[in-house]
Amino acid sequence: MTMTAEPAGSTESLQLRLTPEQRRQRILVGVYFALSAFVLVFFALDADSAEDATFNLSMTGDRFTLSWTFEPRLIAIIVAVSLAVLGVLQLFVGFGKWTNVVLGGAMGLFVLAFLGWAAAGNAFSLVGMLSSMVLLSVPILCGGLTGLMCERVAVVNIGIEGQLLSAAFVGTIVGSSFGTWAGLAGAMAIGAVLGAVLAVLVIKYQIDQIIAGVVINIFALGLTSFLASRVLGTNPQFNSPDRFTTISIPLLEDIPVIGAMFFQGNVFLYGSLILVFVLHYGLFYTRWGLRSRAVGEHPKAADTVGIDVYKTRYRNVTLAGLIAGFGGAALTLGSTGRFEENMTAGVGFIGLAAMIAGRWRPFGVLGAALVFGFARAMQQKLGILGTPIPSEFLAMAPYILTIIVVAGLVGRARPPAADGQPYIKD
Amino acid sequence: MTDQDPPDGAGSAPHSDNATTGDTTPTPPEQQDVRESQLYREITGVGERMRSALLMPALAVITALLIGGFIIAITDVTTLRLWGTDPGQAFSDTISTVWGSYKALFVGAFGSINAISETLFAATPLILAGLAVAVGFQAGLFNIGGEGQIMIGGMSALWVGFTFDLPAIILIPMCLIAAMMGGGFWASIAGFLKAKTGAHEVITTIMLNFIALFLAQWLLKTAVFQQTGRSDPISKPINEAAQLPFLFGADYRVTIGFLIAIAAAVAVQGLMYRSSIGFEFRTVGANPDAARYGGMNVVWLTVAVMAVSGALAGLAGANQIMGLNPYQGTTGFSAGLGFDAIALALLGRSKPFGVVWAGILFGALTAGGREMQGVERIPVDLVEVIQALIIVFIAAPALVRSIYRIKGDDTGMGQISKGWAS
Repeated sequence: MTMTAEPAGSTESLQLRLTPEQRRQRILVGVYFALSAFVLVFFALDADSAEDATFNLSMTGDRFTLSWTFEPRLIAIIVAVSLAVLGVLQLFVGFGKWTNVVLGGAMGLFVLAFLGWAAAGNAFSLVGMLSSMVLLSVPILCGGLTGLMCERVAVVNIGIEGQLLSAAFVGTIVGSSFGTWAGLAGAMAIGAVLGAVLAVLVIKYQIDQIIAGVVINIFALGLTSFLASRVLGTNPQFNSPDRFTTISIPLLEDIPVIGAMFFQGNVFLYGSLILVFVLHYGLFYTRWGLRSRAVGEHPKAADTVGIDVYKTRYRNVTLAGLIAGFGGAALTLGSTGRFEENMTAGVGFIGLAAMIAGRWRPFGVLGAALVFGFARAMQQKLGILGTPIPSEFLAMAPYILTIIVVAGLVGRARPPAADGQPYIKD
Repeated sequence: MTDQDPPDGAGSAPHSDNATTGDTTPTPPEQQDVRESQLYREITGVGERMRSALLMPALAVITALLIGGFIIAITDVTTLRLWGTDPGQAFSDTISTVWGSYKALFVGAFGSINAISETLFAATPLILAGLAVAVGFQAGLFNIGGEGQIMIGGMSALWVGFTFDLPAIILIPMCLIAAMMGGGFWASIAGFLKAKTGAHEVITTIMLNFIALFLAQWLLKTAVFQQTGRSDPISKPINEAAQLPFLFGADYRVTIGFLIAIAAAVAVQGLMYRSSIGFEFRTVGANPDAARYGGMNVVWLTVAVMAVSGALAGLAGANQIMGLNPYQGTTGFSAGLGFDAIALALLGRSKPFGVVWAGILFGALTAGGREMQGVERIPVDLVEVIQALIIVFIAAPALVRSIYRIKGDDTGMGQISKGWAS
């Protein structure tokens, strides 16, 4: 898409024309100053901010007890000044390749000021929020990694939402009957089956990839809702699986904050984190990864050197389904233990946004998924503190964040070159 | 070809209707015919013969119903247990359940005047939402945001409907316009983001759905909207003057909303095929590069297409408020219409009159589905499954061909989307 609508007539207008990157840099300057002003007006000048806030940094039962008590107003002023300084630096110097890191840091500062203001006069379990952030980001991470696996071989998978939902459903039913591990296996199997269906529809029958994905979503939503009311409604024993228990890792779990976040989790947390490392290594350091990426970037060239494009796509999209199934099982077997109609509520799409924000790289997806997880955790935890912000607006946060991400505030990411296009062998 | 458009819309090729020539036509008819028939082929993959154009949707619907029957059969837990002890009885039970379900489906859809009224009643918002998606498809945009646009459009109509105390002749059009503006605005956010930043409309519209849902939830609890004396998200009822009049008297639920939907289809047909802006819309859809080189303002066109699309979805939202009891806003009034609309647009091959027929078919499925739920206790969600199957079979005719071993060469919908970075 063109970036400007100006006529290319005079040289002056040519100079005024900004590249997307310059435009982004300018927007960022505005963002920093706006955030700074916001913090100053709403958090620092608010009368409640004079009362001390306490962040608890350890949970009950932890080896070390930590907490941090401070005056929110002081923190808000420090944050506002820092943000203004960042804005000035962005305007006159720029941060080059550190731009996104600085942006992330600025967001962190803003959130700190916000949480301090929200917790003024109260104690607030920061570590509880951070650990629920990690837990909530697991399905998003799995969704994002599924999308990554598919798009690296140039298949756009919009059907992740449906895969997650079906896996959550099957995981619950099988888990109720045959135990948690069987439930997990069943969930992964249905994820893979739907992945294979998507692959057949888009590779063999060359249906538009977006339509094929949407079909899978509608189908999964319809079928799971149908079965939930027809079977689960009358047979509640199928909707009460055991859940995976928390496995704490010795020693590591005692690290303050980090231990509670990453080393007191269940099989889904550890599994998805390991998967990030495995996929990173696989994609960038193995023959499989090189071939997959070749198929995604330039299928014709890949075909010419003897890589079977169709086979690679079938295999990766189906394998990706296993990841989606894993993530879907996390929604039931790893958390609530109950299936509810349309319980994914957009997690698959948020996963896709995490994939885009993470620039089609496993560690990028992890980082983005944590940010989205944070937005969801905030909605849950701030309800308890009773801030004047209506809970509906906090609930919107992850979705607004997704839009900001895909609209390119974090910079234009380049998808695999052949993404979304069918390959037709001559 | 005649004006009797088949459900697949193949008969609604641009040269078939001479009725709407009164609109602004940028080029002489002959030239436009050539251009449009090329575009038409480009968009729909038509070049296919009439027989297959009628046959494939019919087979798609039949196949989907057969699979739906299979799903009913295998989810009947009591009968499933019977297979072990008395297979004969189980078989006849299964057949009678499936037969009874589909009989209820048919009776509920067409069995009486009331059933037909119910079918048209259910078809009304479906047609409007389906037109919204169809307009997007023709311009190469995939508007999955129907849900959100319906919510925002409906909330706008709602506000006008209970705020102003005016005679129906003024108030109803005011509500409808408000709904179109609300829905159009909401969709054009996604259009703007797509045009300016390249953010894919599939993701942004879905995110806007969730945002609209929470926004409506919040609004319904504010003093402006909330019904006095309630603490749950439910709004004041609209004034009686804003209620859409019944078409066949108060005994039957179908309202003039159905006529509005038909009028909208005619208007969309005129806009897309008889106006210069419609030509630009379709050109952007068929080939954005060509449109740009041809001097069209792609940014503005993208926003405009989404606005038109959202306005139609907004009308569907208005119908959900003004066209059915209790004439007030609740949190779930979009009722999944935005997603059904995608199936409709595909089934109608993105042609306005194709969408009308597809809407009546889906209206029949919905009305019949309710009957089925009432009589045979089959959850109405099955209709969604059948609809998803219909889309698959419509989008992949090769699949249907391989099931029924029919020879043919059509390639289906072809590619509508163009990846993330377009």
